Amino acid sequence: MTNIRNLIFSSKSYAVLLTLFSVATSADWTALNMTQGVTDISKEVYELHMLIFWICVVIGLLVFGVMFYSMYAYTKKKNPIPATFHESTKVELAWTIIPFLILIAMAVPASKTLQNIYDDEAGDINIQVVGYQWKWQYRYLEDDISFFSNLMTDLDEIYNKVPKGENYLQEVDEMVLVPVGKKIRFLITANDVIHSWWIPAFAIKQDAIPGFINTAWTVIDEPGVYRGKCTELCGKNHGFMPIVVKAVEQEEYDLWVSEKRSAAIALAELTEKDWTKEELIERGEALYAKNCVACHQTNGQGLPPIFPSLVGSDIVLNNKDEQIKILMEGVQGSAMASFSYLSEVEMASVITYTRQSWGNAQKGDGEIVIPKDIVEYKQSKI
Amino acid sequence: MGNKKKIILKLSGAVLGMYLFSFLLVPLYDVFCDITGINGKVTQTKNADSSITIEGREISIQFISHNNEGMPWEFKPSEKVSKIKTGAMYETSFYAKNTTNKMMTAVAVNSVAPSNAKDFIKKVECFCFQEGIDLMPGEEILLPIKMVVDNELPNNIKNIVLSYTIFDSNLEHNIITDHDSDHMGS
Amino acid sequence: MSTVVENHHDDHHHGPAKGLKRWFYTTNHKDIGTLYLWFSFAMFLIGGAMALVIRAELFQPGMQIVEPEFYNQMLTLHGLIMVFGAVMPAFVGLANWLVPMMIGAPDMALPRMNNLSFWILPFAFFVLLSSLFMDGGAPNFGWTFYAPLSTTYAPPSTTFFIFSVHIMGASSIMGSINVIVTIMNMRAPGITLMKMPLFVWSWLITAYLLIAVMPVLAGAVTMMLMDIHFGTSFFNAAGGGDPVLFQHIFWFFGHPEVYIMILPAFGIVSHIIETFSRKQLFGYSSMVWAMLSIAILSFVVWAHHMFTVGMPLAAELFFMWATMLIAVPTGVKVFNWVATMFKGSITFEVPMLFACAFVVLFTLGGFSGLMLAIVPADFQYHDTYFVVAHFHYVLVPGAIFSIMAAVYYWIPKWTGNMYDERLGRLHFWLSFIGVNVTFFPQHFIGLAGMPRRYPDYALQFADWNMVSSVGAFLFGFSQILFLFIVLKTVMGGKKATSEVWEGARGLEWTVESPAPYHTFTVPPKIN
Repeated sequence: MTNIRNLIFSSKSYAVLLTLFSVATSADWTALNMTQGVTDISKEVYELHMLIFWICVVIGLLVFGVMFYSMYAYTKKKNPIPATFHESTKVELAWTIIPFLILIAMAVPASKTLQNIYDDEAGDINIQVVGYQWKWQYRYLEDDISFFSNLMTDLDEIYNKVPKGENYLQEVDEMVLVPVGKKIRFLITANDVIHSWWIPAFAIKQDAIPGFINTAWTVIDEPGVYRGKCTELCGKNHGFMPIVVKAVEQEEYDLWVSEKRSAAIALAELTEKDWTKEELIERGEALYAKNCVACHQTNGQGLPPIFPSLVGSDIVLNNKDEQIKILMEGVQGSAMASFSYLSEVEMASVITYTRQSWGNAQKGDGEIVIPKDIVEYKQSKI
Repeated sequence: MGNKKKIILKLSGAVLGMYLFSFLLVPLYDVFCDITGINGKVTQTKNADSSITIEGREISIQFISHNNEGMPWEFKPSEKVSKIKTGAMYETSFYAKNTTNKMMTAVAVNSVAPSNAKDFIKKVECFCFQEGIDLMPGEEILLPIKMVVDNELPNNIKNIVLSYTIFDSNLEHNIITDHDSDHMGS
Repeated sequence: MSTVVENHHDDHHHGPAKGLKRWFYTTNHKDIGTLYLWFSFAMFLIGGAMALVIRAELFQPGMQIVEPEFYNQMLTLHGLIMVFGAVMPAFVGLANWLVPMMIGAPDMALPRMNNLSFWILPFAFFVLLSSLFMDGGAPNFGWTFYAPLSTTYAPPSTTFFIFSVHIMGASSIMGSINVIVTIMNMRAPGITLMKMPLFVWSWLITAYLLIAVMPVLAGAVTMMLMDIHFGTSFFNAAGGGDPVLFQHIFWFFGHPEVYIMILPAFGIVSHIIETFSRKQLFGYSSMVWAMLSIAILSFVVWAHHMFTVGMPLAAELFFMWATMLIAVPTGVKVFNWVATMFKGSITFEVPMLFACAFVVLFTLGGFSGLMLAIVPADFQYHDTYFVVAHFHYVLVPGAIFSIMAAVYYWIPKWTGNMYDERLGRLHFWLSFIGVNVTFFPQHFIGLAGMPRRYPDYALQFADWNMVSSVGAFLFGFSQILFLFIVLKTVMGGKKATSEVWEGARGLEWTVESPAPYHTFTVPPKIN
């Protein structure tokens, strides 16, 4: 026993404990518990969580109490002659039946809450949520709005070249807007592998499974911005495809819907207009950063052989038709997916950007691609 | 020690049995899903006539589509949302167009939400039952769906969502290969 | 269980073979036990190094050390190596060393198959680890390898992963057949089933679980292989299959697997607490019934790993209730251990320190497990660090501590030397502090919203991640001390008696220390 005493009082232990203590005391104590959330269900879930937690605490104190007491009072020194009892049917029955009853007491509210969650009637607003590697797509079924939502945090922040912003890894380019007080139903699926859509503030988590639909619903009580995450390993950027939902008053929501609708019309018109090279490159650069950098890198050099280089690539230099085909259809047997969901303007811009960057324009035919080219491709039978 | 051999044989039999059992789980899963409606897939009904009765209540039915892995076809429901009556035959369709320049075959997978509505949807005709949908380059088609929603549909279900995902039948079974994926040229 | 034993110490003048050949050709259960234990220790250190890569990357927000693709390979291999390379082989090693001696048998029933069962393991792990150097890298889809990430979207090395898993499975299955035949057939006369030591009981049950579920894992990876190479569509929706089917098949194996990884620990802890409390274990028969109930229940709870997959209400309720039910027999075991200590005469040598830590910390893991069983709450916990905290509590201060306890407890019997008590205590305290500093904060970050398998995280998770990483390095490096202690003990130390520990019961304590190469060549007489 002197050995333990020596250990406890040795300076080595103190150094270790002190370091840990100082780290622990400067830690963020608010990040300790589940959120109560902003919906009736999320608050029910929180209450359930706390109930089970406290029951466990009480049981733990009782059991560990007896155990620690024994470790203190029944050492060989203090109790040289051990007792000899080694069974008791009464006691064993008691501590089988009582826990069983406690479990029933937990199961009742848990089952009730689960039933509430499964009570799935129609939604006022239905949003199809599709998980992609590595972003989310949202389609509002009633209003015919559709958009992608990508991580907006800069690579420079991730690679520690610039300081991290407040919403590091939790910000997206297009938020999901919904009105408060209305029932919103999410229809969740995936495009490729299994993802999972989780918003802690709504206590919603459903896996996004390719080919199948999972539903979840919520009624949000308070306006605000609510951030969620992908919660099923889905490949390399699993940690980089957050979700942001903004709940607003009905009027603001209606305004957003009409803005989105007119933007869609405007985009269709954009396809028809005449574009300059500079305009295309400017748009293309932003799109490239969002969609292509993960594999082809900012400098276009990729990571051959799996992610080919676009710099000095024969197709990028001299064969814009082939390049359009590759982006529209993907490349079978490789990691290059189809990007046909991009609008004609977006597709033309990003292709033009690659053809005009990294010295490619000087080395190759320098041709640009305009939105009408993409429309033609879609209509053609070359 | 002859006992030893017996035990070894029995245990080896158990091992083989459990291995085969895991394969049995595949059809078992389908049967189980059929009975309980777990994965929400609706299968074809030979005879939906029994479900056609006096019209029941009104429910809303939503159709959503998705193209898996950037399947380049145009694929969308002809009617996105409809109000229909249970107990009556309902016909609708999906529009599909092969926008590429080669022949392609698609396969459609359907999924229903809520999944326990699956037992009450009797589909007489659905393109999702077809082995494959062949379209020539540029060809477009209206794919029919004919169904009845049974009156027995639980009262708390007032809205059904039918989702259809199309896949390219000829897609590689493994997308990432190890080498020679440098299809972009030099 | 009091035994009066007559033991004939036959003088076998041919001991073990000399040199390296001994270890390749041995059919001796003690040698094979030693091989398994050293192999497991090596795997533990390798898997641990991968954990340190993970925790180093997670020390601060941002990507500093590795790329996300490689991070995913690390977390996958860390899981596979710890589960299949460290925990399971360690328990098999302990079974090999102890089961024959505890039942008064001269060796395992199938000594040559025993040798094969071991030697295919280093081969399997060589194949697995070599995948790190293949094009496309090692498997990167998590140790649970869900389809289609692990089929359609998997790197080429996946085929080698499948091969490796088949071999590991074969090793476990052969080992289990061996254990069952040994226990059922070779017990010394007088050792009825209800007189067997609890470690033997725990392994009997574990072996049956392995027989039942390892073939199912083999089925799952075979289906994967077929989907990848032979155009089938077990898990591919396009072909009429279902990715969720994979999860059902995997977890049908996976849940019993986690009980496979803890039942022998229960056996070990029962032995150690009994000895150091100097009091007969409380409730022997309930301990047996509890382990049997846990094993049987383990077959009907698998979908609690899949609560967010979209199952209907009835299924979710069933799995919730069945999972909660397992708390009852598990609780009985904890109460029985405490009741053994109560009014005992306790000393705290290192094995007892680890065993007591096991009881407390495994129970903590059990509490978080109970919380996870509650489906609506699980919607907030699933796939977050709360789950990571839960399973690391039951596996590290659970299974791993029990293995360390077993090593300290039985190494005097294996080597004839006592370990250094002072160093052992230091190892214990460093590990105890390390394990808690590493994993306790993970409950917080999970509740606060950090998902698992993330190489980087939002700023509100930074503080606790840093604490956790500090703990991980403390725990990790403390195991070098353990290595040193084990080596030191093998090479020398205070000589151990046969009994070693005052109050130790069991046949293994009736033979010399170190145990002779061949023990119980003549069955002992039991009263």
